[in-house]
Amino acid sequence: MRQNTPQGMSVIVKTVTRLTVRLIFLFGVYVILHGHLTPGGGFAGGVMLALAAVHVMLAYGRDTAMKELSFSGAQIFEGIGALAFLVIGLSGLAAGVFFKNYLAPGTPFEFLSGGTIIISNMAIGLKVMGGLFAIFVAMTFFQGGGTDDKK
Amino acid sequence: MNFEITLVIILIIIGSVIALELNDLLSCVISVGVAGYGLSVIFLLLGAPDLAITQIVAEILALVILIRATLERDTTRMTGVRAVMLALVAVFSIGTLLYFASISLARLPAFGSPIMKVSSEYIARTLSGVGAANAVSAIILDFRAIDTLGEVTALFTAAVAVVAIMRKSARKPREERD
Repeated sequence: MRQNTPQGMSVIVKTVTRLTVRLIFLFGVYVILHGHLTPGGGFAGGVMLALAAVHVMLAYGRDTAMKELSFSGAQIFEGIGALAFLVIGLSGLAAGVFFKNYLAPGTPFEFLSGGTIIISNMAIGLKVMGGLFAIFVAMTFFQGGGTDDKK
Repeated sequence: MNFEITLVIILIIIGSVIALELNDLLSCVISVGVAGYGLSVIFLLLGAPDLAITQIVAEILALVILIRATLERDTTRMTGVRAVMLALVAVFSIGTLLYFASISLARLPAFGSPIMKVSSEYIARTLSGVGAANAVSAIILDFRAIDTLGEVTALFTAAVAVVAIMRKSARKPREERD
Protein backbone atom coordinates (compact mmCIF):
# COMPACT_ATOMS: atom_id res chain seq x y z
CA MET A 1 0.00 0.00 0.00
CA ARG A 2 1.25 3.43 -0.82
CA GLN A 3 1.08 5.16 2.51
CA ASN A 4 1.82 2.34 4.91
CA THR A 5 5.45 3.35 5.34
CA PRO A 6 6.46 3.68 8.99
CA GLN A 7 7.18 7.37 8.71
CA GLY A 8 3.68 8.36 7.59
CA MET A 9 2.72 11.31 5.41
CA SER A 10 4.37 14.66 4.65
CA VAL A 11 5.40 17.28 7.21
CA ILE A 12 2.38 19.47 6.41
CA VAL A 13 -0.04 16.70 7.30
CA LYS A 14 1.94 15.90 10.45
CA THR A 15 1.88 19.51 11.65
CA VAL A 16 -1.83 19.93 11.04
CA THR A 17 -2.47 16.60 12.77
CA ARG A 18 -0.44 17.68 15.78
CA LEU A 19 -2.58 20.81 16.06
CA THR A 20 -5.99 19.25 15.48
CA VAL A 21 -5.97 15.75 16.91
CA ARG A 22 -6.29 16.83 20.54
CA LEU A 23 -9.25 19.03 19.65
CA ILE A 24 -10.95 16.12 17.87
CA PHE A 25 -10.36 13.89 20.88
CA LEU A 26 -11.64 16.57 23.27
CA PHE A 27 -14.76 17.09 21.16
CA GLY A 28 -15.41 13.34 21.20
CA VAL A 29 -15.18 13.33 25.00
CA TYR A 30 -17.50 16.33 25.11
CA VAL A 31 -20.08 14.64 22.89
CA ILE A 32 -19.99 11.51 25.06
CA LEU A 33 -20.27 13.35 28.37
CA HIS A 34 -23.04 15.68 27.19
CA GLY A 35 -25.01 12.96 25.41
CA HIS A 36 -27.98 13.46 27.72
CA LEU A 37 -28.07 17.23 27.11
CA THR A 38 -27.03 17.91 23.51
CA PRO A 39 -27.27 15.92 20.27
CA GLY A 40 -24.86 13.05 20.07
CA GLY A 41 -24.07 10.43 22.62
CA GLY A 42 -21.95 7.38 23.21
CA PHE A 43 -21.91 6.08 19.66
CA ALA A 44 -21.16 9.38 17.88
CA GLY A 45 -18.57 10.40 20.46
CA GLY A 46 -16.96 6.99 20.37
CA VAL A 47 -16.62 7.16 16.60
CA MET A 48 -14.95 10.57 17.02
CA LEU A 49 -12.44 9.12 19.50
CA ALA A 50 -11.71 6.28 17.09
CA LEU A 51 -11.30 8.84 14.28
CA ALA A 52 -8.74 10.73 16.38
CA ALA A 53 -6.69 7.54 16.69
CA VAL A 54 -7.15 6.81 12.96
CA HIS A 55 -6.03 10.39 12.23
CA VAL A 56 -2.76 9.85 14.13
CA MET A 57 -2.25 6.55 12.35
CA LEU A 58 -2.80 8.01 8.87
CA ALA A 59 -0.50 10.97 9.46
CA TYR A 60 2.32 9.50 11.55
CA GLY A 61 2.24 5.91 10.40
CA ARG A 62 1.46 2.73 12.20
CA ASP A 63 4.22 2.59 14.81
CA THR A 64 3.58 6.01 16.34
CA ALA A 65 -0.15 5.41 16.57
CA MET A 66 0.35 2.00 18.12
CA LYS A 67 2.30 3.65 20.94
CA GLU A 68 -0.75 5.78 21.73
CA LEU A 69 -3.37 3.05 21.45
CA SER A 70 -2.19 -0.46 20.73
CA PHE A 71 -4.27 -3.13 19.01
CA SER A 72 -4.66 -5.19 22.15
CA GLY A 73 -5.41 -2.00 24.09
CA ALA A 74 -8.27 -1.24 21.71
CA GLN A 75 -9.63 -4.76 22.17
CA ILE A 76 -9.41 -4.39 25.96
CA PHE A 77 -11.30 -1.07 25.78
CA GLU A 78 -13.96 -2.74 23.67
CA GLY A 79 -14.41 -5.59 26.12
CA ILE A 80 -14.48 -3.29 29.13
CA GLY A 81 -17.06 -1.02 27.50
CA ALA A 82 -19.39 -3.86 26.52
CA LEU A 83 -19.10 -5.48 29.94
CA ALA A 84 -19.68 -2.15 31.70
CA PHE A 85 -22.90 -1.61 29.75
CA LEU A 86 -24.06 -5.11 30.68
CA VAL A 87 -23.18 -4.47 34.33
CA ILE A 88 -25.27 -1.28 34.24
CA GLY A 89 -28.21 -3.33 33.00
CA LEU A 90 -27.67 -6.04 35.62
CA SER A 91 -27.38 -3.50 38.42
CA GLY A 92 -30.75 -2.19 37.24
CA LEU A 93 -32.00 -5.77 37.57
CA ALA A 94 -30.75 -5.77 41.16
CA ALA A 95 -32.81 -2.61 41.73
CA GLY A 96 -35.96 -4.13 40.23
CA VAL A 97 -36.08 -4.34 36.41
CA PHE A 98 -33.39 -5.02 33.79
CA PHE A 99 -31.93 -1.63 32.77
CA LYS A 100 -33.95 0.17 35.42
CA ASN A 101 -32.80 3.77 35.74
CA TYR A 102 -32.28 3.64 39.49
CA LEU A 103 -30.25 6.81 39.95
CA ALA A 104 -32.01 10.07 40.78
CA PRO A 105 -33.26 11.93 37.67
CA GLY A 106 -31.79 15.22 38.89
CA THR A 107 -32.66 18.63 37.50
CA PRO A 108 -33.13 18.63 33.72
CA PHE A 109 -30.50 20.63 31.76
CA GLU A 110 -27.99 20.23 34.60
CA PHE A 111 -24.85 18.20 33.91
CA LEU A 112 -25.69 15.60 36.57
CA SER A 113 -29.12 14.57 35.34
CA GLY A 114 -30.68 11.65 33.58
CA GLY A 115 -29.65 8.96 36.07
CA THR A 116 -27.66 6.11 34.52
CA ILE A 117 -27.68 7.60 31.01
CA ILE A 118 -24.34 9.36 31.48
CA ILE A 119 -22.63 6.16 32.67
CA SER A 120 -24.15 4.18 29.81
CA ASN A 121 -22.88 6.80 27.35
CA MET A 122 -19.36 6.48 28.75
CA ALA A 123 -19.45 2.67 28.49
CA ILE A 124 -20.76 2.77 24.91
CA GLY A 125 -18.22 5.44 23.92
CA LEU A 126 -15.34 3.34 25.24
CA LYS A 127 -16.70 0.26 23.50
CA VAL A 128 -17.25 1.97 20.13
CA MET A 129 -13.81 3.59 20.21
CA GLY A 130 -12.05 0.30 20.87
CA GLY A 131 -14.15 -1.72 18.48
CA LEU A 132 -13.96 0.62 15.49
CA PHE A 133 -10.23 1.24 15.93
CA ALA A 134 -9.64 -2.51 16.10
CA ILE A 135 -11.72 -2.99 12.94
CA PHE A 136 -9.73 -0.25 11.16
CA VAL A 137 -6.37 -1.73 12.15
CA ALA A 138 -7.46 -5.24 11.22
CA MET A 139 -8.87 -4.25 7.84
CA THR A 140 -5.99 -2.04 6.75
CA PHE A 141 -2.93 -3.84 8.06
CA PHE A 142 -3.69 -7.54 8.41
CA GLN A 143 -4.17 -8.45 4.77
CA GLY A 144 -0.96 -10.05 3.72
CA GLY A 145 0.94 -6.83 3.13
CA GLY A 146 4.63 -6.42 3.73
CA THR A 147 4.19 -4.85 7.16
CA ASP A 148 2.31 -7.90 8.39
CA ASP A 149 5.19 -9.94 9.70
CA LYS A 150 6.71 -7.74 12.38
CA LYS A 151 4.44 -7.39 15.30
CA MET B 1 -41.76 17.23 -0.05
CA ASN B 2 -39.69 20.27 0.47
CA PHE B 3 -37.37 21.65 -2.15
CA GLU B 4 -34.00 21.27 -0.41
CA ILE B 5 -34.59 17.61 0.37
CA THR B 6 -35.51 16.89 -3.25
CA LEU B 7 -32.34 18.65 -4.37
CA VAL B 8 -30.16 16.59 -2.02
CA ILE B 9 -31.86 13.36 -3.10
CA ILE B 10 -31.15 14.21 -6.76
CA LEU B 11 -27.50 14.84 -5.83
CA ILE B 12 -27.35 11.45 -4.06
CA ILE B 13 -28.76 9.69 -7.13
CA ILE B 14 -26.25 11.44 -9.41
CA GLY B 15 -23.38 10.47 -7.11
CA SER B 16 -24.49 6.85 -7.00
CA VAL B 17 -24.81 6.61 -10.78
CA ILE B 18 -21.34 8.14 -11.18
CA ALA B 19 -19.97 5.61 -8.68
CA LEU B 20 -21.45 2.78 -10.73
CA GLU B 21 -20.01 4.01 -14.00
CA LEU B 22 -16.46 4.84 -12.94
CA ASN B 23 -13.65 2.41 -13.60
CA ASP B 24 -11.31 3.50 -10.83
CA LEU B 25 -12.33 1.90 -7.53
CA LEU B 26 -10.96 4.76 -5.43
CA SER B 27 -13.09 7.31 -7.31
CA CYS B 28 -16.08 5.00 -6.85
CA VAL B 29 -15.61 4.96 -3.09
CA ILE B 30 -15.39 8.75 -3.00
CA SER B 31 -18.56 9.09 -5.11
CA VAL B 32 -20.41 6.72 -2.79
CA GLY B 33 -19.55 9.18 -0.03
CA VAL B 34 -22.04 11.63 -1.62
CA ALA B 35 -24.85 9.33 -0.47
CA GLY B 36 -23.72 9.31 3.14
CA TYR B 37 -23.13 13.05 3.42
CA GLY B 38 -26.33 13.81 1.56
CA LEU B 39 -28.23 11.62 4.00
CA SER B 40 -26.66 13.55 6.87
CA VAL B 41 -27.84 16.86 5.33
CA ILE B 42 -31.34 15.41 4.93
CA PHE B 43 -31.40 14.42 8.61
CA LEU B 44 -30.41 17.99 9.51
CA LEU B 45 -33.16 19.44 7.29
CA LEU B 46 -35.71 17.14 8.93
CA GLY B 47 -34.62 18.33 12.38
CA ALA B 48 -32.76 15.26 13.61
CA PRO B 49 -29.31 16.50 14.67
CA ASP B 50 -28.58 13.32 16.63
CA LEU B 51 -28.88 11.19 13.53
CA ALA B 52 -27.00 13.74 11.43
CA ILE B 53 -23.98 13.70 13.77
CA THR B 54 -23.92 9.91 13.96
CA GLN B 55 -24.35 9.56 10.21
CA ILE B 56 -21.55 11.97 9.37
CA VAL B 57 -18.95 10.50 11.75
CA ALA B 58 -19.82 6.93 10.77
CA GLU B 59 -19.61 7.96 7.10
CA ILE B 60 -16.15 9.48 7.60
CA LEU B 61 -14.87 6.32 9.29
CA ALA B 62 -16.45 4.08 6.66
CA LEU B 63 -14.91 6.15 3.84
CA VAL B 64 -11.46 6.03 5.45
CA ILE B 65 -11.69 2.26 5.93
CA LEU B 66 -13.01 1.74 2.37
CA ILE B 67 -10.29 3.93 0.84
CA ARG B 68 -7.53 2.19 2.79
CA ALA B 69 -8.97 -1.24 2.04
CA THR B 70 -9.64 -0.71 -1.67
CA LEU B 71 -6.46 1.07 -2.73
CA GLU B 72 -4.89 -2.08 -4.11
CA ARG B 73 -7.97 -3.89 -5.34
CA ASP B 74 -9.16 -4.13 -8.92
CA THR B 75 -12.62 -4.01 -10.31
CA THR B 76 -13.88 -7.19 -11.89
CA ARG B 77 -16.38 -6.99 -14.68
CA MET B 78 -18.59 -9.84 -15.79
CA THR B 79 -19.36 -10.36 -19.43
CA GLY B 80 -21.53 -12.60 -21.56
CA VAL B 81 -24.45 -14.67 -20.28
CA ARG B 82 -23.65 -14.16 -16.61
CA ALA B 83 -23.82 -10.38 -16.98
CA VAL B 84 -27.24 -10.57 -18.66
CA MET B 85 -28.53 -12.98 -16.01
CA LEU B 86 -27.24 -10.76 -13.21
CA ALA B 87 -28.88 -7.71 -14.73
CA LEU B 88 -32.19 -9.57 -15.08
CA VAL B 89 -32.07 -10.75 -11.47
CA ALA B 90 -31.25 -7.22 -10.31
CA VAL B 91 -34.08 -5.66 -12.32
CA PHE B 92 -36.54 -8.27 -11.05
CA SER B 93 -35.51 -7.79 -7.41
CA ILE B 94 -35.63 -4.00 -7.60
CA GLY B 95 -38.99 -4.14 -9.38
CA THR B 96 -40.46 -6.38 -6.67
CA LEU B 97 -39.06 -4.14 -3.97
CA LEU B 98 -40.46 -1.00 -5.60
CA TYR B 99 -43.88 -2.61 -6.08
CA PHE B 100 -44.29 -3.52 -2.43
CA ALA B 101 -42.68 -0.26 -1.33
CA SER B 102 -45.23 1.74 -3.33
CA ILE B 103 -48.09 -0.22 -1.71
CA SER B 104 -46.76 0.28 1.82
CA LEU B 105 -45.73 3.91 1.29
CA ALA B 106 -49.25 4.80 0.20
CA ARG B 107 -50.56 3.55 3.52
CA LEU B 108 -48.08 5.39 5.71
CA PRO B 109 -49.55 8.13 7.92
CA ALA B 110 -48.48 11.70 7.28
CA PHE B 111 -45.10 12.91 8.54
CA GLY B 112 -45.30 13.80 12.24
CA SER B 113 -48.48 11.87 13.04
CA PRO B 114 -47.41 8.32 13.89
CA ILE B 115 -49.79 5.42 14.41
CA MET B 116 -48.14 4.26 17.58
CA LYS B 117 -49.02 6.34 20.60
CA VAL B 118 -45.97 5.15 22.53
CA SER B 119 -43.69 7.85 21.11
CA SER B 120 -45.77 10.70 22.54
CA GLU B 121 -45.58 8.90 25.88
CA TYR B 122 -41.79 8.85 25.62
CA ILE B 123 -41.67 12.57 24.89
CA ALA B 124 -44.04 13.37 27.76
CA ARG B 125 -42.04 11.36 30.29
CA THR B 126 -38.51 12.29 29.23
CA LEU B 127 -38.10 15.44 31.33
CA SER B 128 -40.06 14.39 34.41
CA GLY B 129 -39.25 10.69 34.54
CA VAL B 130 -35.70 10.46 33.25
CA GLY B 131 -34.46 14.02 33.67
CA ALA B 132 -32.45 14.03 30.44
CA ALA B 133 -32.80 17.05 28.17
CA ASN B 134 -32.02 15.02 25.06
CA ALA B 135 -35.06 12.88 24.31
CA VAL B 136 -33.14 10.64 21.90
CA SER B 137 -30.64 9.69 24.59
CA ALA B 138 -33.48 9.06 27.02
CA ILE B 139 -35.16 6.73 24.55
CA ILE B 140 -32.13 4.71 23.47
CA LEU B 141 -30.52 4.43 26.93
CA ASP B 142 -33.53 4.30 29.22
CA PHE B 143 -36.85 3.39 27.60
CA ARG B 144 -35.29 1.09 25.04
CA ALA B 145 -31.98 0.18 26.63
CA ILE B 146 -32.35 -3.50 25.73
CA ASP B 147 -32.37 -2.50 22.06
CA THR B 148 -29.12 -0.67 22.68
CA LEU B 149 -27.69 -3.75 24.38
CA GLY B 150 -28.46 -5.66 21.21
CA GLU B 151 -26.76 -2.98 19.14
CA VAL B 152 -23.68 -3.10 21.37
CA THR B 153 -23.63 -6.87 20.98
CA ALA B 154 -23.87 -6.55 17.20
CA LEU B 155 -20.92 -4.15 17.05
CA PHE B 156 -18.92 -6.36 19.42
CA THR B 157 -19.62 -9.40 17.26
CA ALA B 158 -18.65 -7.47 14.12
CA ALA B 159 -15.34 -6.41 15.61
CA VAL B 160 -14.57 -9.92 16.85
CA ALA B 161 -15.46 -11.37 13.44
CA VAL B 162 -13.29 -8.89 11.53
CA VAL B 163 -10.33 -9.54 13.80
CA ALA B 164 -10.88 -13.30 13.58
CA ILE B 165 -10.98 -13.25 9.76
CA MET B 166 -8.12 -10.82 9.27
CA ARG B 167 -5.74 -12.03 11.97
CA LYS B 168 -2.39 -13.40 10.95
CA SER B 169 -1.73 -16.23 13.38
CA ALA B 170 -4.09 -18.68 11.70
CA ARG B 171 -2.53 -18.17 8.30
CA LYS B 172 0.13 -20.32 6.77
CA PRO B 173 3.67 -19.04 7.24
CA ARG B 174 4.77 -16.80 4.43
CA GLU B 175 7.57 -19.09 3.24
CA GLU B 176 5.17 -21.92 2.46
CA ARG B 177 2.88 -19.72 0.42
CA ASP B 178 5.56 -18.13 -1.73
